[in-house]
Amino acid sequence: MFLIPCPWCGERDEEEFSYGGEAHIERPKDPDALSDAEWADYLFMRKNPKGTHFERWNHAHGCRRWFNAKRDTVTHVIEAVYKMGEEKP
Amino acid sequence: MAHNPLRQSPLAHLGLIARAGQGADDAGIILTEAPFTDHIGLRGDGADTAFAGAVEKVLGFALPISPNTVTGKAKKTALWLGPDEWLIVVPFGAADKLIAALGKALTDVHSAVFDVSDSRTVISLSGANARHVLAKGCGLDLHPRTFGPGSCAQSTLALAHILIHQTDTAYRLYIHRSFAEYLWAWLEDAGAEFGVSISTP
Repeated sequence: MFLIPCPWCGERDEEEFSYGGEAHIERPKDPDALSDAEWADYLFMRKNPKGTHFERWNHAHGCRRWFNAKRDTVTHVIEAVYKMGEEKP
Repeated sequence: MAHNPLRQSPLAHLGLIARAGQGADDAGIILTEAPFTDHIGLRGDGADTAFAGAVEKVLGFALPISPNTVTGKAKKTALWLGPDEWLIVVPFGAADKLIAALGKALTDVHSAVFDVSDSRTVISLSGANARHVLAKGCGLDLHPRTFGPGSCAQSTLALAHILIHQTDTAYRLYIHRSFAEYLWAWLEDAGAEFGVSISTP
């Protein structure tokens, strides 16, 4: 069982969560000013690091809140969780 | 709506009342359907004193602010569902008045109050082996050191979404209507090794 610590509910089974992909992707302030390549980069290109990854999770079967997690993609250790809008640890 | 004269429990076809009392006296789990309570969904900012104060005035007690806890009394309880979301449970027929009162008190506050009475039914699970049965299908740590009377939690039981509320005497399982028959059958099956007794509310 893989336990994920929800910032509100505490440690819960992985089964209760859904994954939301890379975190901290900001929508461009002026999309019209972007080239097609830059827009494609915003829409589709994601980091795929070996090691520390900042990502979004949703506690879908629990409190239904989105939050961010800092996870090591090699060891699966979740080093930190923090609420939406909070700074990266 | 709560006052539909044709209201029917999602477990009505199982003949539970006729089966009540047939189990062994030393059955490890006791299952009871407690249908037809009224449920009210409430959204708002719990940290906003205007919201929390107005709700407290109408309910007569404060909303639970710490995660996964319950406040209130037997006939009016508020369950924490999220940092800005609660479920208020009252006896059948009491929702309309309470929704009107909450709506009036929260006129100028960013909030939402809605009737979700018919979305869930409640199965009450008690007996010496109640926790063992839940452990078969639920990843929550229900050990008394982390979960006790006054706690609630949303999770899955046998892959179906549930809301568990532990009272002094039982686990109350709030179950979405369309999952009720499946989960009742699962509970009877999971409890078979301990002995199952069915009781009436």
